[in-house]
Amino acid sequence: MGVIRRSGMFVLQVNPILCDGFGHCAELAPELVHLDEWGYPIISQEPVPMADIGAYESARYAERGCPRQALHVTKMNSPAPVSNVTMNQPRPVSRGRRPL
Amino acid sequence: MIDAYALPRLFAGATNRPLSLEDHERVFAPTGEVASLLEELDASGLVGRGGAGFPTTRKVDLLRHQRGHKFVVVNGMEGEPAAHKDNRLLSTNPHLVLDGAEMLAQMIGASRIAVCVARDNPTVVNHVERAIHERARRNLRGPGIDLHTPPWRYVAGEESALVHWLDDNESLPQYRPGRPHILRIGRGPTLVDNAETCANVGLIGRYGAQSFRSLGTAEHPGSVIVSVTGAVKRPNVLEVNLGTPLANILATAGADPSPQAVLLGGYGGAWLSGDQIHTPYSNEALAAHNLSVGAGIVAVLPRQACGVAEAHRVVRWMAHESARQCGPCAFGLPALADDLLAVVRGGRDGVAAIARLQDRCGVIEGRGACRHPDGVVRFVRSSIEAFAHDIDSHLRGAPCAGARAKQRFLTVPALEHEEDLVWE
Repeated sequence: MGVIRRSGMFVLQVNPILCDGFGHCAELAPELVHLDEWGYPIISQEPVPMADIGAYESARYAERGCPRQALHVTKMNSPAPVSNVTMNQPRPVSRGRRPL
Repeated sequence: MIDAYALPRLFAGATNRPLSLEDHERVFAPTGEVASLLEELDASGLVGRGGAGFPTTRKVDLLRHQRGHKFVVVNGMEGEPAAHKDNRLLSTNPHLVLDGAEMLAQMIGASRIAVCVARDNPTVVNHVERAIHERARRNLRGPGIDLHTPPWRYVAGEESALVHWLDDNESLPQYRPGRPHILRIGRGPTLVDNAETCANVGLIGRYGAQSFRSLGTAEHPGSVIVSVTGAVKRPNVLEVNLGTPLANILATAGADPSPQAVLLGGYGGAWLSGDQIHTPYSNEALAAHNLSVGAGIVAVLPRQACGVAEAHRVVRWMAHESARQCGPCAFGLPALADDLLAVVRGGRDGVAAIARLQDRCGVIEGRGACRHPDGVVRFVRSSIEAFAHDIDSHLRGAPCAGARAKQRFLTVPALEHEEDLVWE
């Protein structure tokens, strides 16, 4: 599955509208997902360190194995939560190529 | 010309007819006298009146830095069955709301305004249509205003569902993974604000932040429109100063002086116990009780009512109003309603149900695309806490007199058949 990143964190997120409760994710990533009584996934929103390669690989398997494509692995560079985006600053404009 | 430092402000000049554009201009000062709308809005500290209480200036700031063909959406959907404030505002002072929407459009640089009123209120639809025509006849420059009439559903007034309807004719909430999330119509960034928020912007844009702050509290300034329903002699829509003791509001509506509990913030809200009705009605005072003003709904439950039975009716209806998109909401909310019914019936099933109810609340919370399931969970938890005494007597097999009396106090629309629900 490409290069293994050891720094940063990731979160497995589910789109609850797409999810139809097939339950494949709970079999593919049992350490991250468990199912509620109706068969829908309960996923912890705590960021998991990327260094936990087993968990990351299962998350990728779950993402690819979802029949509704409802799962998404979100990578984060810092342990800050996703919602903490700074709001009022416009994004920096990239000028030419980034230095290598 | 009105005094902007006193009540009524939003309902100034209100009669039983909507104010025409000429009357509106006679009652309110002319617009465009404030130096900088953005600075005034920032200084006013206005928070949204739609329920979530999000600061309007942060929303405007976020949208201002977006590019594209922008939209302003005025949300007059009034999803809560206990609320009448947007209807009342749009059928008394529609031009104040439209003025506010135009100011918001000017601030973010939007080129179109969409006013959304549920099609189940034909009178309000007519009033708004007429107001828009009056403006069009003036040939004023400015963003074009359109009227849209989505079907009335509880979740149709949720902002992402409303934008979904404008975009694709489906009143279904959208998935928003990261917050803040920019809602879009087509590719155009969209600012959604409640009708009452727009009316307040209309006041701030005329009289400035200082006069706006002259009412209300420091952290929650301004006035708010409150719909008082339930066990009151005069169910009413009142414009009150934020920070007024709740007891005064209840007295004006002719409520029972010692109610059992008061529901604040609508059917996704929570109960305030009847002996705490002297709490000031503003977000900072209510936060101590884990409550908020929300959409300005106050529903009074008298002593003779059975809180558990009322909660069951509300939760049953809320479960029925789920858009059935997300599993935890589509299956979880009916399960909560079934558990509450078991508690109302009492006995050994009820004892098991109350434990199950606590577990299921924890499971459902935060797992929907919108906040509908979270609101129901909040309501259920607060009902369990507020009516612990009632629940005890039900579980012991001696249901309270209110449950036997069959008289109900909270307004809940009739359940339609699932196939008859209109979403588009």
